[in-house]
Amino acid sequence: MHEQLKQSDGAGDEGEEDPNAMFGDLKKKKKKKREIPLDLDGEEGSGTSTPTTAPAATEDLDFSDLKKKKKSSKKKAAFDLDAFEKELQAENRNEDGDEEEAGGGQFLLNVDESELGENVFAHSEAPSGLDAGNEAWLKSDRDYTYPELLQRFYASLHASNPALLTSTGKRYVIVPPSLAREGNKKTIFTNITDICRRMHRQPEHVIQFLFSEMGTTGSVDGQGRLVIKGRFQQKQLENVLRRYIVEYVTCKTCKSFDTLLTKENRIFFMTCESCGSRRSVNAIKTGFQAQVGKRSKTKTT
Amino acid sequence: MSVQNLQTFDPFADEGDVLGSTKDVGSQQNYIHIRIQQRNGRKTLTTLQGLPKEYDAKKLLKAFKKEFACNGTLVEDEEMGQVIQLQGDQRLKISNFLTEEGIPKTTIKVHGF
Ligand SMILES: [Zn+2]
Repeated sequence: MHEQLKQSDGAGDEGEEDPNAMFGDLKKKKKKKREIPLDLDGEEGSGTSTPTTAPAATEDLDFSDLKKKKKSSKKKAAFDLDAFEKELQAENRNEDGDEEEAGGGQFLLNVDESELGENVFAHSEAPSGLDAGNEAWLKSDRDYTYPELLQRFYASLHASNPALLTSTGKRYVIVPPSLAREGNKKTIFTNITDICRRMHRQPEHVIQFLFSEMGTTGSVDGQGRLVIKGRFQQKQLENVLRRYIVEYVTCKTCKSFDTLLTKENRIFFMTCESCGSRRSVNAIKTGFQAQVGKRSKTKTT
Repeated sequence: MSVQNLQTFDPFADEGDVLGSTKDVGSQQNYIHIRIQQRNGRKTLTTLQGLPKEYDAKKLLKAFKKEFACNGTLVEDEEMGQVIQLQGDQRLKISNFLTEEGIPKTTIKVHGF
């Protein structure tokens, strides 16, 4: 109910202010920057009225780019918006490509997201900073819109009841795994203890799963960091962890993450703290491991 | 592309004691596991484990090698039985290949990162 309201609020927002706000945010922002000298009173109000976090993030990402854009566009005498937009789109596409190249590893499997469940690594939405007295409509002549009021309502509601944010909505957010490279052949998973603590799971269990899934081995060092043999990217480890969460952390009945894993008679059972349901989970079984590296090494052991 | 062996499979044929052959019922032994392993550098290796007995691993390997243009071998493992080993990350291709040959996707488990 709470969530639904909020969603419809968001949808209404977009519908009213900007039909293609979802993808146009970036473009709009950039355009606006250039438009300001042209018409100060134009639709400035609507631009500032929705301080969502997403555009801020994207803006952050390519800020240098934006600057460059501005510089290069200054050279152009005529304000050819169409051409500018086309250029922007092309640039956006380029950026997407770059991102994919940087983020997607050569081994990254095109996993369907449904298999991985909810993206628990998503950064929690920072409560939108709508301070009282800072509302957009106060600065302009226009009336407030319904979505704006609704947003204001939720902002003040969450400000005075922080518990609501944690009990509903995006309450379970695991920090993304942070990886460091050791030498050329090892990856260090630095915050594994933190992640295990957040999942209420024994590190041994998680590590066993990681090794079995990734077909590798490793060890825990003195600071509780996991040293993994092989080179892995953050996204790859994230996917494996998400699969672990689907399999061993999420309650299948109520989707809660507040579960306990207990071992009884050599079988692992998962009990949900929220709804009390109980189910057995698959034992982690290391599959076939092909021998890699020097043959002589494996023969002697 | 046709694999003769896959076509001549008779679903009603007696396949012996199904549960007897797998030691623990309900475990992941019934799945076909496709895994990936890192080798040195950016090289990888894909393994296919748990192929049902009615498929001829040898012929399948031959088909894989031709279809995916990669090398591979058949490894006999004491525990896991016959394991097909292919060079490179062929997980998606194997999975697609097997599903196209009529193996239900739910019995195929793709592992790895
Ligand atoms: Zn539950």
